[in-house]
This record gives sequence, C-alpha cells and structure tokens, in this order.
Amino acid sequence: MSGNTGTQGMSLIVKTVTRLTVGLVFLYGVFIVLNGHLSPGGGFSGGVIIGLAFVNLVLAYGRDTASKIATAAGASMIESLGAVMFISIALLGLQWGGFLQNFLPHGTPFHLVSAGTLPLLNIAICLKVGAGMFSIFLALIVLLKFESEVKR
Amino acid sequence: MIELYVMLGLMIAGAIIAIEVRNLLSAVITVGVIGLGVSVVFLLLKAPDIALTQLVVEIMAVIIMIRATINTGIASVDSGTKRFGSFLGLAVVVLMCVGALPVMQHVQRFGHPLMLVSSRYASGAVARTGAVNAVTSIVLDFRGYDTLGEATILFTAVVGVVTVLRARGRKSEDEQVPESEE
Amino acid sequence: MSSYMPYMLCFVLFCIGIFAVFSKKSLIKIIVGLAISEYAANLFLILVGYKMGGRAPIFSPTETISPDLMVDPLPQALVLTSIVIGLAITAFLVAIAMRLYEKYGTFDVTKIRELRG
Repeated sequence: MSGNTGTQGMSLIVKTVTRLTVGLVFLYGVFIVLNGHLSPGGGFSGGVIIGLAFVNLVLAYGRDTASKIATAAGASMIESLGAVMFISIALLGLQWGGFLQNFLPHGTPFHLVSAGTLPLLNIAICLKVGAGMFSIFLALIVLLKFESEVKR
Repeated sequence: MIELYVMLGLMIAGAIIAIEVRNLLSAVITVGVIGLGVSVVFLLLKAPDIALTQLVVEIMAVIIMIRATINTGIASVDSGTKRFGSFLGLAVVVLMCVGALPVMQHVQRFGHPLMLVSSRYASGAVARTGAVNAVTSIVLDFRGYDTLGEATILFTAVVGVVTVLRARGRKSEDEQVPESEE
Repeated sequence: MSSYMPYMLCFVLFCIGIFAVFSKKSLIKIIVGLAISEYAANLFLILVGYKMGGRAPIFSPTETISPDLMVDPLPQALVLTSIVIGLAITAFLVAIAMRLYEKYGTFDVTKIRELRG
C-alpha cells in the first residue's frame, strides 16, 4: 500500500475475488439491517458492514476506478438523508403522542413487517453509519500527499 | 466460566505485548487481535448483538490505524518511554486501584445483576413494542434519545475528520502561499 | 473473592491502557493505549449485566422463554452506541496524528513540544 496508495488498486487475484464477493457482503449487510428487530444485529452493525463493502471496493480497485460508483459527494448526501429520515420519523410521532413515539401498527411478532417504526429507524441509522464510515475512510486514504514538511 | 478467565488472561498478555513491542505495525495488529478477543468474550457473555458490532468495528479501526502507520516514509519504530511519565502513570494506576477497592463492595457479585429497570424492559418488549429483540427495542424505542445523540456524535466526528484532513484548501498548489513572517 | 475476579481482570486491562497513555512517547502507542482502555470499559459494562445461566435477550418463535432467564439487556443497549462512538474517537485521533506528522515530521511527542513552530 505504500507506492500506489489509492490510485492503482491491488493485484488481479484481489480484484477478481472482490468482484465476486462484494455483492454478497452488501446483501448480508442489508439482511442484518432489515432483520434488526427479529435477530441480533440492527442498524449499527449492518451499517458498518455496508460501509466495509464499499471500503473493500475502493481498496481493491483503486480510487480512480472506484470513484465512478462510490464518490465522496454521494456518501455525504446519503448520510444527510439518513439523518433527515430519522428526525422526520421522530417528529411525525409528535402527532400521536410524543417525540419518537412508535405510531405505526405493531403487527404480529416474528414477522418481517412488525414493530411499528423500528425497521424504518434501523434503515435510517444504517444509512447514516455506513456513509459516515465510508466518508472517514475516504478522507484518510485520499490524503496522498502524506510527506513531512518540517517547519523550522 | 473457565473460558472467560482464559480469554481475559490472553487479552491482558496481548495488551502488554501491544504497548511494549517496538514495531508500530505489530502494535496496531495486536490491538486488532485484542478487539477480536473482546468480541469472543461478548459472545461468551451471551450478547450476540454486541459481538457482531464489535467485530466489524474492530476491522474498521484496524484499517484506519494501519493507514496512519504504514505510509510515514521512515521506519515505524517506537520512540521509547518517558521517565517522568512512567512514574506519573504508575502513581495514577495505584491511586485508581486504592480508590476502586471500596467501590467493589457495592458492585453486585458477578452473575447476579440487579435488574430493577431492565426487567420491565425485557418483559414489556414484545407487548409494548412488537419487537422480538429486546436490545433493539431498548435502543430504538425505550431509549431513542440516546440513539439520536449517537447519530449527532457520529456526524460531528465525520465533519471533524474531513475538516482536519482537507488538503490546503483555497489556493492551488502551484502558486506560493506568501508566509506572514517577513 | 472469585466472584469479583472478572471485574479485577477487566480493571487490570484498563490500567494497562491508561499507563500506556501516560508513559509512551510515540503518538501511535498513545492511541493504542486509549483503544485498549475503551475495550476494557465496554467489557466492564457487559460483565456487570451478566446473569449466571442466562440466555441472550431475544425471544424465540419455537419455545417460550421467561424474561427472568435472560441476561440484562440494558447495558447491551448502552454499549452498542458506545462501541461506534469509540470508533469515531479513534478515527479522529488518527486524523490529528497524521496532520501532526505532516507538519512536524515525527510521531514523538517530546520532539513536537520542542519544535513549537
């Protein structure tokens, strides 16, 4: 990772394996988020897994190639979208009783569509955490001019 | 619970290795292994949500820390210890141990928690929320404000990191920035 | 005494991390010490909430589980946000360390104090 940090990516084996598995990692992250109220998981772990799928893409293919799919502006927009979604669902609850009230019908337990606003809040948290992790990674990796300027 | 003691002992040994080894890359990788050990201990303590989150967050932290140590140009070697700092650290540690002894008498014995509030959360999770996972119902319904606060902290941290690492912004890299010390 | 042994081992881990923050010269070692202290703090919270012979706090469709048999779910909810916040703190520290290296050329805190530029 020392000479061509972020521009050329890694070897052919890494690129092939990434191309085959990054979709599966993303799908696993989506599964953990959507089943957050039925099994262990939830928005935080699913969001970090989705962020790591994008990090895998950028590390394997280099920043120039992967920036067609995963841009910094896109990550910032998705993070803001997650925050706005969380706040708006919380404010909508004011209509029915209080801030962050669980106002949608609870449904039957153990079904995918149940527990009111909890799956929606899980999705909002997932967007925010995943995009936040990816923004931190991009800011740290893209700093290419990492040479020392000793000021005297 | 013999496996719990074995894992804790291994983690303490790993922590001593991580702060004493001279190569910085080895120290960062050892911290990664300690994080994986913490995830296994969470699984032994019957907390699968936390184990999953700790595992993936540990991987992200190791990626970030390796980025800082691997590209510095010079050999990444530890610089040593400060002598006065060692005495100060030892004094603080001894003080904390002395202060922790009377507190330990008030903490519940290991394995018998005082579930005054959380018994209501656990028994009312399905009836009042509809969620089957008690931890998710606490995080997003009973204590939703804490999650809102955490989202705010994460947003602030991302803004901070992007601002600190922004390339010298307004002027382009060709023209010389006139220094103010003349 | 043996019923407090896990708490004491966790406290030893925390003290190792704090000692590293005080006594090491390299910034990366200081960040390593802080990360170890964070893991120890989260571990202590989960250790407090453990119940002997308990189950994970998730209900099951095939068998009825009494809520009295579950481990404490409240510390787990608190630690869930604490882990992600710990990652954000570590990332911010690493960003500041990289900026300091770019400006002063070293990770050594004693040399940075001399070069007060």
